[in-house]
Amino acid sequence: MEQFSPIKRSKDGQPVRYLIVDDSVFARKNLGRIIETFGGQIAGEAGDGLTAISEYERIKPDIVLMDITMPQMEGIEAAEKIVQQNPDARVVMVSSVGYQENIVAALQRGARHFVQKPVKPEVLYEVIKYVLGEDGALVSAAGAGA
Amino acid sequence: MKMELIQPFINAADAVLSQGLKSPMSIGNLAMEPVAYRRQGVAAVIELTGDIEGRVIFDLAPKTAAQVASHFAGTELPETDDLVREAVCELANQVIGNAVATLNDQGFHFRVHPPQMHTSEQGPTSTEDTEALVLCFETESGSVFMNIALRYAQKTSAAGA
Repeated sequence: MEQFSPIKRSKDGQPVRYLIVDDSVFARKNLGRIIETFGGQIAGEAGDGLTAISEYERIKPDIVLMDITMPQMEGIEAAEKIVQQNPDARVVMVSSVGYQENIVAALQRGARHFVQKPVKPEVLYEVIKYVLGEDGALVSAAGAGA
Repeated sequence: MKMELIQPFINAADAVLSQGLKSPMSIGNLAMEPVAYRRQGVAAVIELTGDIEGRVIFDLAPKTAAQVASHFAGTELPETDDLVREAVCELANQVIGNAVATLNDQGFHFRVHPPQMHTSEQGPTSTEDTEALVLCFETESGSVFMNIALRYAQKTSAAGA
């Protein structure tokens, strides 16, 4: 897999903490694998929107990667509820149903960005950097283990 | 079933399989199935509702499913691993999601439901309205079958015809 300069939190140099939300265990594992190549830490996982909301409150991740099509509560609604309760929440939608209407709805309801499945690691990496802004810092590979 | 409905599924399968397997694929057999669907191996079904309704099934022989899942996961998975079935569901989700995205941007509005494992040996018999098109994609890991049975929903059939 491609190598990326680790992205750490600017405030304390710690790994960026992610909440991965997808009803597919396989998709969560794959996303987790990609996140680890960015130097990130998987703080939690959820298989539906309802669980995502409670997991967000419990672990307060730096970034949420949220699928759209899920049972119980879909991703856009869950993203909206998370952002309503936590205006600083950074939610990135990661879905295969990337049509204009869905993307606009997700952004209007609080998501910061949209990544189309199948996920290209280099695309997700750039989106993560963009969404973190000044709260994320690139670390040279040599200093990553420090 | 019109080609305008089918082409996005072919394009999406091509894109998703080629990226995931990191090798080209080709379209093998293409046939209309007038008889009931018979499952061949590890199969996932996704239901669609809206302007267009019906279902799409992805079906792979167990060995092929394990090889495809291993490619997508980046690690060797045995045929018996639950992740293989999960991978087929996710493959179906990605292909159908991408196809639906294209169709939605063309003005069709419909909803994709979460994928489910198709466990019964046989599905419902096709009808005149829901005849099934079976596409076979040839990959280096084996054949991937996509069985599409879609129709314009009654309320919009005049507009969609």
